[in-house]
Amino acid sequence: MSKPVVATTSLSGCFGCHMSLLDIDERILDLIDVVEFNKSPIDDIKEFTKQCDIGIIEGGCCNSENVHVLKDFRKNCKILISLGECAIMGGLPALRNGIPIKECLDEAYLNGPTAQIGNEEQILPNDEELPMILDKVYPCHEVVKIDYYLPGCPPRADLIWDALVALVTGNELKLPYEVVKFD
Amino acid sequence: MRTIINKIIEKFNRNEARLMDILLDVQAEFGLISGDAVTLIAEGLNISSVDVQQTISFYHFFSQKSRGKYTIYLNDSAVAYMMGRADIARTFEEECKCKFGSVTEDGQIGLFNTACIGMNDQEPAAIINGIVFPKLTESCVKDIVNGMKEGKSVPEMMGELGDGENSNKLLNSMVNNNIMKTGSVLFSDYKNGTAINKLVTMTPKEVIGEVKASHIRGLGGAGFPTGMKWDFCSMAEGDERFVLCNADEGEPGTFKDRVILTELPNLIFEGMTIAAYAIGAKEGILYLRQEYHYMKAYLESVLDKLREENYLGKDIAGKIGFNFDIRIQFGAGAYVCGEESALIESCEGKRGEPRNRPPFPVQKGYLQKPTVINNVETLCSVVKIIENGGEWFSMMGTKETAGTKLLSISGDCKYPGVYEVEWGIRIRDMLEMVGGEEAYAVQVSGPSGICISKKDFKRTICFEDLPSGGSIIIIGKERNLIKDIVCNFMDFFIDESCGSCVPCRSLPLILKNKLQKLLDGNGVMSDLTDLENWSKNMKAANRCGLGQTAANPILSTLKNFREDYEALIKNKEKDFDTGFNLDAAVAASCEAVGRNPQI
Amino acid sequence: MSEKIKFTIDGKECIAKKGQYILEAALENGIYIPFLCNMKGVKPAGSCRLCNVKINGRNMTACTTPVAAGMEVESEIPELQELRLSIIEMLFVEGNHFCPSCEKSGNCELQALAYKFQMLVPRFPYEFPIKEVDASSPKLYIDRNRCIKCKRCIRNIKDENGKSYFAFYKRAHDVEICLDKELAATMSDELAQKAMDTCPVGAILRKEKGFDQPIGTRKFDKQAIGTDIISVVENINMEVKE
Repeated sequence: MSKPVVATTSLSGCFGCHMSLLDIDERILDLIDVVEFNKSPIDDIKEFTKQCDIGIIEGGCCNSENVHVLKDFRKNCKILISLGECAIMGGLPALRNGIPIKECLDEAYLNGPTAQIGNEEQILPNDEELPMILDKVYPCHEVVKIDYYLPGCPPRADLIWDALVALVTGNELKLPYEVVKFD
Repeated sequence: MRTIINKIIEKFNRNEARLMDILLDVQAEFGLISGDAVTLIAEGLNISSVDVQQTISFYHFFSQKSRGKYTIYLNDSAVAYMMGRADIARTFEEECKCKFGSVTEDGQIGLFNTACIGMNDQEPAAIINGIVFPKLTESCVKDIVNGMKEGKSVPEMMGELGDGENSNKLLNSMVNNNIMKTGSVLFSDYKNGTAINKLVTMTPKEVIGEVKASHIRGLGGAGFPTGMKWDFCSMAEGDERFVLCNADEGEPGTFKDRVILTELPNLIFEGMTIAAYAIGAKEGILYLRQEYHYMKAYLESVLDKLREENYLGKDIAGKIGFNFDIRIQFGAGAYVCGEESALIESCEGKRGEPRNRPPFPVQKGYLQKPTVINNVETLCSVVKIIENGGEWFSMMGTKETAGTKLLSISGDCKYPGVYEVEWGIRIRDMLEMVGGEEAYAVQVSGPSGICISKKDFKRTICFEDLPSGGSIIIIGKERNLIKDIVCNFMDFFIDESCGSCVPCRSLPLILKNKLQKLLDGNGVMSDLTDLENWSKNMKAANRCGLGQTAANPILSTLKNFREDYEALIKNKEKDFDTGFNLDAAVAASCEAVGRNPQI
Repeated sequence: MSEKIKFTIDGKECIAKKGQYILEAALENGIYIPFLCNMKGVKPAGSCRLCNVKINGRNMTACTTPVAAGMEVESEIPELQELRLSIIEMLFVEGNHFCPSCEKSGNCELQALAYKFQMLVPRFPYEFPIKEVDASSPKLYIDRNRCIKCKRCIRNIKDENGKSYFAFYKRAHDVEICLDKELAATMSDELAQKAMDTCPVGAILRKEKGFDQPIGTRKFDKQAIGTDIISVVENINMEVKE
């Protein structure tokens, strides 16, 4: 039997969840024994080269590119996992959610302390090549169907490990109290 | 300002429990309750400012900002929309050049939405500076707004006065009674004072016995046996007792109390007096909704007359030691105050948040003293019970629901109005009576009641079948049940929750958004299961009747009109749809930076 | 000594003082019933609805219902646990609970309940409401994004004359807590600390304080809420005497 194929991505996240995945330490060697990685920053494969079994999503959707990537993952993966607070509820990027997008852009590019130098022409970036910003940061499951959720900021390495093992082996996932945390 | 406010506070003996009256007077005086006024009231009552603000901000008709020299509250109940409310609202907005929820730039005219004002039989209707303008048309809206621009007073803009006592100069109202059917209890011939004269020849025990024998149940909707309530209260420990009359009728679609208050106010006060005699109360309060403020002078005059005739006051009807008087307590716009314990809180000057039970009001009610609270209609019926005997009353109606009931019938029917019928009337017969045979659905007992379809038109109105507080809304085929009715009712519950219980504060909006998802064409079959399961939690988890029934519009239509919901789901096989719309989500940012959205 | 009565919770025999509320009695008998709005020594509000228990088939809040002799209380039954989880989820979506950036994280009772019930994601859509933060008083910082409207502060924080520092403002979905500006101006450090400790979440915080406990050592990092309750009842039959 061929090994299950795993893809990962970071949308509007900080890569902390990916770092936590690496935090499974030497167990990563066991992991590559049982799964094959496809599109993922871990092996630097940029595009899906085959249908995957498990897609792991870090980060929520803050722009149109995030939405496209997420939909691409949904299309190419049998199972999608929201990994971490940002994927599950928008996380810290979603702190902007109560603020109108115009105000956010003005603060970031025109009025904010870091915008004073370097943007003398007072431009709001609008190049057609740039992703379009969404009105708010969306949790992944409010854009596509998500099958499993692993909370944490970042999720504990043990939680990621246990969840992957359970998925790959088909065994029931038992979550000890210590591993389900939101920070 | 200080002098005026101090005078108002003095008028109510610096009593914190009279905060509602103080705020009503301050608002009447200044048109708003400013920050300075809040500070002065807090000082005068020796409470903190936030305690004053918590009461102000709870009630719809209190305002800390000016709502205009002319303040227009336009009813936004479902029936108002059926009768053309949308056009009226649009005309107001066009004529005033201002949107609902705001005041014109010159500060002259304020446009505001308000929940059902008890005029469903003559919609669209608005309250303008306290005066009710029923049956609005686009041309009369134009006249009204022009009048305002010319600086006319609101009474100057009034049209023809209503029937019956509505044209009494103390009422001076354009409202019509629309009494379509009189029955043998409330509208039977009666000479004022008859029951009180008889009352004083009886012992309180005999009075309670007679009420028990009548088998009358509370007519506000809950149906608790009145005699038992009085008995419990008379036995409860307490040095003082109170009688409260619930005239807050806020259930959308009910307006029968309006008609009783207009035509039969004597009965209400006599009924309260009978209750007072039975339980030994010295003080009574009529809790009247702010929407009926136009009745104030009229009702006060009725009370004065009763005092003159010695039917209120000291040694009533010559009975030495039988002392009782009544004051009117106005609400300030809160549906939940129709819940008896919330009503008590409001009478004590607080936010209308329902209390935890036990203790029940009969044990610890107003000011923590044993209190009887009855609906207007119940107290009126009691007068007739004392006059004619309990047995007479118990012969009418059904096995478990004795007597008659006033139905407030509105919506898609030929003859909206008030009907006194015996309990046990069949829905089909009722529809025939009101010219509503074509009904697609009937909302029995308002949004908190149930919505029934044709297959249930054989059912009867009584506590053993379809209980009703009196609101009957007839919904014709041309209506979109989910969009026009269910969503309107959910908006009502979203606004009217007191905000205390988590599920009642939080869930109605979640449920409404789910309905919107279905209406937007993004629904899947599991959304219906979610709606049902989540709605059930409202009943299971909340403290008071409002919260427990706030999902009824969804639950009862899901049960009786499931096909309407399923019709909204295009692809029944689809198992998931988030309803996410990328075009809509990027629109604002693209506009802000000046680029064309490229999806 | 006040009269003692027997009752049961999920079949376990318990005793209570006459007139005692079920929740309080349960805790004394070593039984945890989830709650957020209740607080020892403060008049119960019955507003979070988490402590709903079943008595004679009817849901009643344990914090406001007095024990009656022989009462049979059901608490840890699937139907109620499900109801409780759904209430916790409602609280998470009706506010803005960004746990990773909250000073109270690890010591927050709402978060602790979500941990206890292993809430992975709320079933309801996030609302992301707009809430004001009030940092105008000298000692306290009020973050309404995190407030769960439990009214603990309203009931527990008063001045020497009984005046309230906190009160509700508005109603329904818009209800929020307000701090009295005038009273807050002269608030003592002790009372400010009491206010912060009274708040089950991170809505009331003392200024210039926070993040002083490392992750791993905070109250609910390793131990689930309600697992530290110890029964004070020694021998039921000895204690209940005719």
